[in-house]
Amino acid sequence: MASPKWFYEFSGKCLPWVGGLALIGVLTGIIWGLLFTPPDYLQGNSYRIIFLHVPSASLALTVYVSLAISAGIGFIWKIKLADLAAKCLAPIGASFCALALVTGAIWGKPTWGTWWVWDARLTSMLILLFLYLGLIALREAITSQDTAARACAVLSMVGLVNIPIIKFSVDWWNTLHQGATIKVTKGASMAPEMLIPLLISIFAFYLFCLFVFLIRLRTEIVSREQRTSWVRGMLGVRS
Amino acid sequence: MKAVRKQRLMLLVFIALGVASAVGLAMVALQENINLYFSPAQMQAGEAPVEKTIRGGGLVVPGSVERASDSLKVKFQITDGAGTITVHYEGILPDLFQEGQGVVGTGKLDKNNEFHASEILAKHDSNYMPPEVQDAIDKAHPTNNGEG
Repeated sequence: MASPKWFYEFSGKCLPWVGGLALIGVLTGIIWGLLFTPPDYLQGNSYRIIFLHVPSASLALTVYVSLAISAGIGFIWKIKLADLAAKCLAPIGASFCALALVTGAIWGKPTWGTWWVWDARLTSMLILLFLYLGLIALREAITSQDTAARACAVLSMVGLVNIPIIKFSVDWWNTLHQGATIKVTKGASMAPEMLIPLLISIFAFYLFCLFVFLIRLRTEIVSREQRTSWVRGMLGVRS
Repeated sequence: MKAVRKQRLMLLVFIALGVASAVGLAMVALQENINLYFSPAQMQAGEAPVEKTIRGGGLVVPGSVERASDSLKVKFQITDGAGTITVHYEGILPDLFQEGQGVVGTGKLDKNNEFHASEILAKHDSNYMPPEVQDAIDKAHPTNNGEG
């Protein structure tokens, strides 16, 4: 099942559906959130950046966990596809992490009164961005793909400790960043007319992330398997 | 599972556990330094250094805000439920500064346990609702200012 050829064909069939749903979802969530939800009782209209900030931040964490699991599977069972997945996830996660930091700063200026503060949540999120950049740099710095894969698997495992720190930083320490609004155990402390577009937006961002990930992974597969007969056959190269 | 795979799995598990425990211990040791601000209870208990630049934070006590009529000086109290501290500040407060909401100030604690802030940041809570809903809550429970 994990053969690159099978995956390439299967993902090719899913791609238009994932992309289409992501587009519809992002448009619905963002337009609903920006234009049709009521303003917040305290923050007025400036809270609306939440429809971008929360999905990006959530993905920055989820992508890192997925990356570490993929890299771990690739490391233990020597599955090529898993390592390729880890490689493709790093730039995507770095982008969402940067987006979360930038939208957070833009949100912080009108509400808190500052772009940046060195509290536990913001600092640990910045460390996550550096981890992503470190993973990308480490992979590019090592020529041998097998060595690069092993080094990245170890680094991603080391960085995994940062994920619960980011998640629980607002509970463990005094921070300027407020606590979680959506809690699995307690529900959400948000009015439903704001929560529904936010959930749509989060779901759509996850689909968009999957879409970008599949495109990258397919490119990576073709690039690495370029000498195999199925890729040559697909591209019409005669051997 | 083959022996060599088991070995690699154990290696990753040991790396993860080792790093987690090292970072965990470091954070327990640095607990006080990772906190962004001192709470009013800590300042009252004398845990915060006096006459040194620190951050203090808490919820603005409703009804405690006194503004000077001829300057930008303002005085208010902050609380965390366990302690209350008087804050002096001169300057423009952030838009979100409100009674019952959180603030984090940078400044110095004097010998009388009063906090002289040079900068005030607003800390909002994690509740989001339309203004009408807040009005309805205020009407039903005039003293309820949210949990922060």
